[in-house]
Amino acid sequence: MEITGAQAVMKSLEMLDVDTVFGYPGGAILPAYDPMIEAGFEHVLVRHEQGAIHMAEGYAHATNRVGVCIVTSGPAATNLVTGLTDAMMDSVPVLAITGQVASTAIGSDAFQEADVTGITMPIPKHNELVTSAERIPEAIKEAFHVARSGRPGPVLVDIPKDILSAPFEWHWDDRVDLPGYKPTVRGHGKMVREALDLIASAERPVIYAGGGLVRARAAVELERFASLLGLPVVTTLMARGVLPDTHELFVGMPGMHGHYAGVRALQESDLLITLGARFDDRVTGKLAAFAPEAKIIHVDVDPAEIGKNREVDIPIVGDVKVVLEQLLTVLEDKQRKGQFEELVPDATAWRAHLGALKSQHPLRVDQPEQGVLKPQSAIRAVYDVWGDEAVYVAGVGQHQMWAAQHIPYTRAGQWINSGGLGTMGFAVPAAIGAKAGVGRDVPVVAIDGDGCFQMTFQEIAAAVQHDIPVVFVVINNGYLGMVRQWQSLFYEDRLSQVALPQDLPDLLKLADAYGIPGFRIDRIEDLYTTLEKAHAITDQPVLVECRVHPDEMVFPMVPSGASNEELIESAEEWYARVAEQQA
Amino acid sequence: MNHRHTLSVLVENKPGVLTRIAGMFARRGYNIHSLAVGPTEDERVSRLTLVVGTEAVQLEQIIKQLNKLVHVLKIVELEENAAIEREMQLVKVNADPAIRSQIIEIAEVFRAKIVDVDHDSITIEVAGNPSKLEAIVELLQPYGIRELVRSGTIALARGTRSISDGSKLRMRQVS
Repeated sequence: MEITGAQAVMKSLEMLDVDTVFGYPGGAILPAYDPMIEAGFEHVLVRHEQGAIHMAEGYAHATNRVGVCIVTSGPAATNLVTGLTDAMMDSVPVLAITGQVASTAIGSDAFQEADVTGITMPIPKHNELVTSAERIPEAIKEAFHVARSGRPGPVLVDIPKDILSAPFEWHWDDRVDLPGYKPTVRGHGKMVREALDLIASAERPVIYAGGGLVRARAAVELERFASLLGLPVVTTLMARGVLPDTHELFVGMPGMHGHYAGVRALQESDLLITLGARFDDRVTGKLAAFAPEAKIIHVDVDPAEIGKNREVDIPIVGDVKVVLEQLLTVLEDKQRKGQFEELVPDATAWRAHLGALKSQHPLRVDQPEQGVLKPQSAIRAVYDVWGDEAVYVAGVGQHQMWAAQHIPYTRAGQWINSGGLGTMGFAVPAAIGAKAGVGRDVPVVAIDGDGCFQMTFQEIAAAVQHDIPVVFVVINNGYLGMVRQWQSLFYEDRLSQVALPQDLPDLLKLADAYGIPGFRIDRIEDLYTTLEKAHAITDQPVLVECRVHPDEMVFPMVPSGASNEELIESAEEWYARVAEQQA
Repeated sequence: MNHRHTLSVLVENKPGVLTRIAGMFARRGYNIHSLAVGPTEDERVSRLTLVVGTEAVQLEQIIKQLNKLVHVLKIVELEENAAIEREMQLVKVNADPAIRSQIIEIAEVFRAKIVDVDHDSITIEVAGNPSKLEAIVELLQPYGIRELVRSGTIALARGTRSISDGSKLRMRQVS
């Protein structure tokens, strides 16, 4: 059957069971938008191409399937660069299809021409400039395969306009032929056994659970493994919920704004069982002073992560879900042979110690009973109202850290944020993409800051137009709060370019302009009643503005570049330390 | 401690593959001393020889990051004493007829070839390991070198084994 390249793009996406794409048409991609009218998937028309790729990311985060976006050449394609980088940093499976000027015009500085494969070469997991219509089915199928296998990531396929229009004989083959790409799935058996021996002899073991566990959807295996051996677990920013916060072995979140016990657990440990985590600087603090007494077991599907930042005692390359299954198989075998007890570390005292740290150092919320609303209370109330069934999506900054700290996540994919790249403006489009993925029954709540929100709120139009009922909660403190926090603490409170007037824009009028219900809460007395009103609306997007006290800071905090030993729990503690150093 | 390491890299012969590799080095701040690329016995495959100066931990990262590139098929580090390394050099030296014979003599000692002669210059082609190329340059320097060009290192392991032995190179069908 002879079809055009553009029809082949549609058919390929259908063959790969794509149900939603996020995109924006334009010159070079025009041929693809014609057969899209009959295509067997939904298209969400975004308002900016950055929105398209963040939606694709949100969709992928929430569903664990490949998120797809499609845009035209030149400026549209360059608008994807932030999202591609974000997806690479957080290992999000995304397929980006870009139109390109006709192959005969490439290199001539044609209208809307940009060297998109060149620009993006160092960014996504892979990319390709398609040079013939025959190649389209393979290129898209391979891109899908690379995006979702191994360590997931974004892949870009750039297709010139003449190739989209060219007829060819359609063919499809489910197999993928990539001789240079073969991710290791199973861990090395000997290393798996050695890991168990090392765990058995540990006195202060901790599972350092990272985002890889979320990508691998290995929550069940993690819970079983941790429970069998009695191993305390910290979940990183990217892994929140992979072990429920309510679990008795859950200690906290580690890192710059982690829970006190989560940070201390890593620092005091003598063995880190690192699962799909990457010793990111926001977790380790000053690397040389990170977990100084700990031996390291490191399981990761990406061999390049092992030994990159921290020397490793037992490296295991493999899919973390499969490796956990391997570990469990050995443990179950030992149980049958009655040799299980010798593999269980004696960590009773350690667990008690961490439990004590946890109860002695809870998060502090200094909320007066009347009047002023504190951001932490607002976020806690959002969770109380929308509950455990909802998916929570954050932007980047103070609101993100509070949402990571204060909400007790219980499952993988329940918490979506931009961790590695720290992309402001992520929440609005990512929440729309997530909601498109999870469907009507699961509420999706974007918890955003006023700075972030203003970077991408134009996508509310897409949510309205395509009937994607997301709840947008804006924690409006009238500042770029995290930058202000750093200026307050580390630049002697000399505030520079961080004020965003709370009324600019008027968010109720904005909601009105988009034709959606808008609510404003500015005192604690109204918090729950107003949130309940917003909660009652489930058939259209809702905007809730929480006007909060601007002086709140995120604590605990490890000052940038400092060792985790220097964790502070309040601004007073920091100022006292500075005064002490000056004295 | 930085050491010189020679890597042989087999890559799929696809557009942009050299840019991908050079870009990865630039992006991660690794140094390339020399790079040579050319076809192999299999037309679908090109072979790069990379010489990098780095310590062991970073070398491991370089190899792992190279391996992550989809078009990279295989990487082998060639140990200095177990491999043959060659570079090629063309040197244009001042040589008026009075001293021409001295220069030809030097070329003969190095088993270099005279590839061009003009009224007052000679161009010499010499191949060998880096130290040999440096040695001839030193001897020619006093006559005045007008121009010099040198290729990147190419290298092969000694013995019968080939880098393409083993399964990785066969164009597999993977579902």
